[in-house]
Amino acid sequence: MIIKNIIQILRELTKQKLRTFLTLFGIFWGTTSVILLLSFGMAVKANTSKTMHGMGEQICIIWAGRTSISYGGFPKGRNLSWYNDDAQYLKDNVQLIDDISPQYSRHVSVNVGSKKQYFSVNAVWPDFKEMRNMVPREGSRFLNPLDQEKRRRVVFIGNEVEKTMFGEEDAVGKIMYIGGTPFTVIGVIIKKEQDGSYNGRDKDAIFMPTSTYLGIYGDRFVDNMVVRAKDVNKTEEMKHAIINAMAKKYRFSPEDEQALPIWDTTEMDQFLNTFFNGFTIFLGIVGVMTLIVGGIGIANIMYVIVEERTSEIGVKRAIGAKKRLILFQYLVETFIIASVGSISGFLFSLLLMFAINKAPIEDFVGVLKFNPTIAFTSILIISAITFVAGWGPAKRASTLDPVVAING
Amino acid sequence: MIKMDNIRKVYNTGKIEVEALRGLDLHIKKGEFITVIGPSGSGKSTLMNIMGCLDKPTTGEYRLNGKSIKQLNDNELSELRNHEIGFVFQNFNLLPYASAYENVEMPLLFAGVGGKMRKRKVEYILNKVGLSDRMDHRPNELSGGQKQRVAIARALVNDPNIILADEPTGNLDSHSGKEIMELFVNLWKEGNTIVMITHDPRAKDYTDNLVNITDGCIV
Ligand SMILES: Nc1ncnc2c1ncn2[C@@H]1O[C@H](COP(=O)(O)OP(=O)(O)OP(=O)(O)O)[C@@H](O)[C@H]1O
Ligand SMILES: [Mg+2]
Repeated sequence: MIIKNIIQILRELTKQKLRTFLTLFGIFWGTTSVILLLSFGMAVKANTSKTMHGMGEQICIIWAGRTSISYGGFPKGRNLSWYNDDAQYLKDNVQLIDDISPQYSRHVSVNVGSKKQYFSVNAVWPDFKEMRNMVPREGSRFLNPLDQEKRRRVVFIGNEVEKTMFGEEDAVGKIMYIGGTPFTVIGVIIKKEQDGSYNGRDKDAIFMPTSTYLGIYGDRFVDNMVVRAKDVNKTEEMKHAIINAMAKKYRFSPEDEQALPIWDTTEMDQFLNTFFNGFTIFLGIVGVMTLIVGGIGIANIMYVIVEERTSEIGVKRAIGAKKRLILFQYLVETFIIASVGSISGFLFSLLLMFAINKAPIEDFVGVLKFNPTIAFTSILIISAITFVAGWGPAKRASTLDPVVAING
Repeated sequence: MIKMDNIRKVYNTGKIEVEALRGLDLHIKKGEFITVIGPSGSGKSTLMNIMGCLDKPTTGEYRLNGKSIKQLNDNELSELRNHEIGFVFQNFNLLPYASAYENVEMPLLFAGVGGKMRKRKVEYILNKVGLSDRMDHRPNELSGGQKQRVAIARALVNDPNIILADEPTGNLDSHSGKEIMELFVNLWKEGNTIVMITHDPRAKDYTDNLVNITDGCIV
């Protein structure tokens, strides 16, 4: 009996093409737009977070400043500089430091074959890699301790440097002249999104060991240092320890805010966290709104359809259909329509995501990812709305005296 | 077969109360052909709907085959409509998306009749009303007379005890109206009990059992 009924329902559904199509399309479209919209939001969020962290996560950049408080017999306004051994000094004296690297930087003319161009040439320690997200392309590497120890003439270069100097060729293993001295390229950075920077983007820079650099240029002072705390939550403490250590060594007041300027990216992270919490709430609201709009549309269609069916239900009742049969038919019908509609909407949204990911907009919105929670809650809610919107009128129509239902 | 005593029906549309039937008595025996006539708005359809269990009287006692309608629950009423009453509407009330065959088959589906039996019955009855060559047509592909034949076939398919027809020829031209009337007369001659509302002045040519309703009362 039940199977016979379902067959009959399917038959009725296929016969009422326009009606079935409209409902199916409403549910299909509702599902697609909700899933897509929320996936867009999530992608933008993930992408923003990624590019914001392109420079590195939870690091501090330290510069040398100028005193603003007279201290220890020195007048204020004294220019400070950090020496080559200060990075080692801090590493030895501040326990909270996990990684540290000095950084030297200068513009030098670089040539390969007949091509000649100025680039920012930097000298750093191997620790720089982890702190500043210097991810080498496959088949290449960053500077290592041995390069440092042996003063090798090797460089790690930005992907744009490679493009400018070597065109489409692979630079790894090739020779590049920096200020007239030949260097071997040992690594190229992978393409990365980077919003924050302090001396140019990494894609346009060249990195070499500090030992090699100092051997050639003989700088006395570092340009800046990059440090990271062992525990992110101790970053504040570490900064204080660094200031105290340097204040002791260079005799400036530990209270002097301008003597040792620090850019703490964890501060930005805190801002970003707040921002992302806001963004998540925003996304949630957008999602709920979309669901409501989609739901209203579907509810509307469902309502109109069941109302329109009232007289048909009346006719069926007049020729002997029982109440529970009418309701059972409604249930099965809604189940079929809601599942076919939402599953096809779901598949279509996957297809659209795939297509969108192929389009050259990755830099702005990132990569759309399928999020099962979003998909299944959307499908569930939309199906529930479909069901609820139709249930009332269907129940009413089945309860009316047949003649009342027939006459609407 | 039908015993109606002191039937009243009051429609309550907002402020106005319309008393469509005012204490009406009607007894119908098996095998009778009753023709109900009367001016428009006199309550003929109202009476017919109550007789067909499509509507309930406000007060009064209606017994069909000895059963008091008041005492039946919704399921029992559905079964009654399905098995014992064949109702033919003025405007056919066919399901537009279903073929003639499927429309006629529907009461059998509700009755839970098996597949082979259904096929046999539907084909037999469509043949009887002269539509064996139109079985797969949908209502909008049929003429008015043909539609009414489908509706009559649907009313007959479950072998009802009584056939109720509310102006079955009202929407038809005189030629197909005449054919439908003849169909009913033949059904009556085969032993069916029939109650029919009509405006047709020739009604008395077919039957001498005339019920005249005016202002909700039999006169
Ligand atoms: N659903 C309803 N609500 C309110 N009043 C109604 C309703 N149905 C019928 N009436 C009223 O009841 C009275 C009887 O109507 P009914 O349809 O029984 O007349 P009828 O004799 O069948 O007329 P006709 O020959 O035009 O079909 C009319 O005054 C009509 O307006
Ligand atoms: Mg009428």
